[in-house]
Amino acid sequence: MSEFRQTTLPNGLRIAAEIDSRAYSSSLGYFVHAGSRNEVDAESGLSHFLEHMMFKGTDRRSAADVNRELDELGGQGNAYTSEEQTVYYATVLPKFQDRLIDLLTDMMGPALDEGEFETERQVILEEIAKYEDQPPFGAFERSLEVYFGPRGLGRRVLGTSESIQSVTAQRMRAYFNRRYRPENIVLAATGNVDFDGLVAAAQEKTTTWSQRPNGGEPVADDPATVPVGIQLDRQLAIADASQAYLVRIGHGPSSGSDDRYAARALATLLGDDGGSRLFWELIDTGRAEVATLWPQEFTDTGAWFNYLVCAPDEMADNVKIFDDIMQGVVNNGVDQEELDQVINKAAAGCIMQSERSSSRLFSLGSRWLTHNEYVSIDDTLGKLRGLTVDAVSKAAQDYLTCDQTDILAQASGEVVSG
Amino acid sequence: MTITAESSLIHTQTLPNGMTVLIQNMPWLRTAAFSLAIPAGVQQEAESKAGLSSLTCEMVQRGAGHYSSRDLVAVQDNLGMDRSCGVSSAMASFGAAMPAESLHDALQLYSSIVRQPHLPADQLDDARMMMIQELRATEDEPTQRVMRRLRELHYGNRLGRSNQGTMESVTALTQDDVREFFTNKYQASGAILGIAGKVDVQRVTDVIQQAFGDWKAEPDSNQVQPSGQSKYEFIESQSSQTHIAFSFDSIPYGHEDYFRMRAGVGILSDGMSSRLFDRVREQRGLCYTVVASCNSLKNGAGVFGYAGTTPERAQETLDVTLHEIDHLTDDLSDAELDRWKVRIESGLIMEQESSASRAASLVSDHYQLGRAMTTEELESKIESLTLESVRDYWTANPPANFRLVTLGPSALTTNKIAK
Repeated sequence: MSEFRQTTLPNGLRIAAEIDSRAYSSSLGYFVHAGSRNEVDAESGLSHFLEHMMFKGTDRRSAADVNRELDELGGQGNAYTSEEQTVYYATVLPKFQDRLIDLLTDMMGPALDEGEFETERQVILEEIAKYEDQPPFGAFERSLEVYFGPRGLGRRVLGTSESIQSVTAQRMRAYFNRRYRPENIVLAATGNVDFDGLVAAAQEKTTTWSQRPNGGEPVADDPATVPVGIQLDRQLAIADASQAYLVRIGHGPSSGSDDRYAARALATLLGDDGGSRLFWELIDTGRAEVATLWPQEFTDTGAWFNYLVCAPDEMADNVKIFDDIMQGVVNNGVDQEELDQVINKAAAGCIMQSERSSSRLFSLGSRWLTHNEYVSIDDTLGKLRGLTVDAVSKAAQDYLTCDQTDILAQASGEVVSG
Repeated sequence: MTITAESSLIHTQTLPNGMTVLIQNMPWLRTAAFSLAIPAGVQQEAESKAGLSSLTCEMVQRGAGHYSSRDLVAVQDNLGMDRSCGVSSAMASFGAAMPAESLHDALQLYSSIVRQPHLPADQLDDARMMMIQELRATEDEPTQRVMRRLRELHYGNRLGRSNQGTMESVTALTQDDVREFFTNKYQASGAILGIAGKVDVQRVTDVIQQAFGDWKAEPDSNQVQPSGQSKYEFIESQSSQTHIAFSFDSIPYGHEDYFRMRAGVGILSDGMSSRLFDRVREQRGLCYTVVASCNSLKNGAGVFGYAGTTPERAQETLDVTLHEIDHLTDDLSDAELDRWKVRIESGLIMEQESSASRAASLVSDHYQLGRAMTTEELESKIESLTLESVRDYWTANPPANFRLVTLGPSALTTNKIAK
């Protein structure tokens, strides 16, 4: 079985590992408490832009060196940015652990070269354009903007074309120094990991991190204004769209809430794509392309998404079916048999996840960063198997009856429904 | 390398009815997986019945043996099966990964699904509507649209046609079509069952014998030939990006030169230091996504690529991308080939952590080569490649017969394709 170990370095960097010496791979990741909710208007999109710039060279390595060395380690590596964190990770053969820790740690002190910054600005603008062409055409971002307001958790991770065009490398440097401090960072490792070697290497290579100049908090935004490039309409007109896309957002449990297990089970029971109440009524019948729902947990709060995709002229009828299913579970709760089915499926999923060290990395690192807490596979299995009909029925009453905000994306000229 | 002889031993058996069974024990895992491929793919459809293979694949899962559609899902969920299915050019495939103790029940269940499905007539319209939803979804995905059209241009309208069918063809399919396709195509001859994970080889062999041993065999040698030609097609759309899909002729997985070709594509596009990523994206900032990869059918192959970029930079993106492909052999270095080798070898070793991935590899190897390759054999093929052999292949076989599809506000130009 796997073993959990953790430590905190004198500079405040936390290290957490779930070690399984039988694994064929080692996964390492830096989890940084830096996401779009930590930005002010003039920094919109900087967490994500910075994530790209971390691959663009350091004092010791050029941008090409970084990419080449990542490839030399044969790793499956990358990075992502969310509302609350930025994560840099790779999975390699255990023999490459030392080289990977050297490379990833070096990357965490980026050069932020002006020329690279200008080139990468174009890549970010392309990434924004790419998502503009993809369903549901920005409806998820819009739902968060409307629900949480366009700042904090409602701030879009990629920023806007306007904010990316106007941001400077100098501002990025200030943002980096403010957020990438050792006390804001977790180094997580899973799989076949040499923990003592990892800690020794991290200690040696991060000594200067606490000396980063912190220019302090930026000037707060004026909440009476709307950030440049942001719109808050609840309808999005999409040229030529075949389908209509409805995103409905409401309140969900936070990642610190014990309700989260019941909420996740409820979401599977109602919205799983392989056989759930929504599946049988809306997908299996061909009425809709997508009909699902899920809780999205943040550290201190949560959102609940409902998502329905179908032909525009069938949206109103499908929303009614969707609502009836929600009302049914609120009024009558769930059955033991369907709950057992959800638990069995989720428990098997846990066991399968435990075989791949790379898939354990993200839950380990995120949890340690946000809650300083370790949740083992056995802990999760225990929580799952302890779920009761009452707890899941109560989650339906708590989370399916609160106020919700609808965002609808469809071709202009379609009849507005719902 | 760290792969042991025990872990790469593949038990291969051909049942008298023509079904091939491949089993690999991975005793360090807690899971097992199977992948079952039946020659009931797009190529087996009649000319006018586009989408029939997908519709049949959907219909067989709507109840089988003594289980209704909902019962089937309940049993699968309770067995902890993470399941998948899909229709490719040649095959309809069903598979699942699960806790190892569920495997025998799962195999019996899937024997019912592919041999005794109810094919409920009263659910045909529901299944058809599911397919129409997928067609509509593709209309809204520009990347999928250009890649779907590219495939048709590359292999020709028949071999390259999508498994989704068209609105017209799907609307016209009948219950009789489904029943007839099922009766003729869902059979043992040419079927391949791959199993990997924590298994008792003897016991699972017995289960397979009981579940599939008496399945009927109706061999079918129908094979559609490629008929694609070099062509540029432009789809006008008011999209934010211009979506560029391109392909050129290549060789299939079973070809003796396959890995010499594959290494070149790896140098072009595998990893963050690959030519396309580095020179199109990293150095010039022209796009977010630029990729090329190998596509292999039994009797046809291509290198397929994609780039998405804003319209004002689309021409330059296309030009730079095609330039890099044309000039692959100009400055090949050992370091590039070595990086690609480490990448592939790491992937092979890490595949030992996934029963599902290994089961799928067993089946696709066997389909393409007529036998499954052990991980060691594949490793030694990769290891023995030299820079000269890769360069020689690409010099002797320069990329040719380009197909190009772009979607965006305006058309692009290229001298790669004769007008």
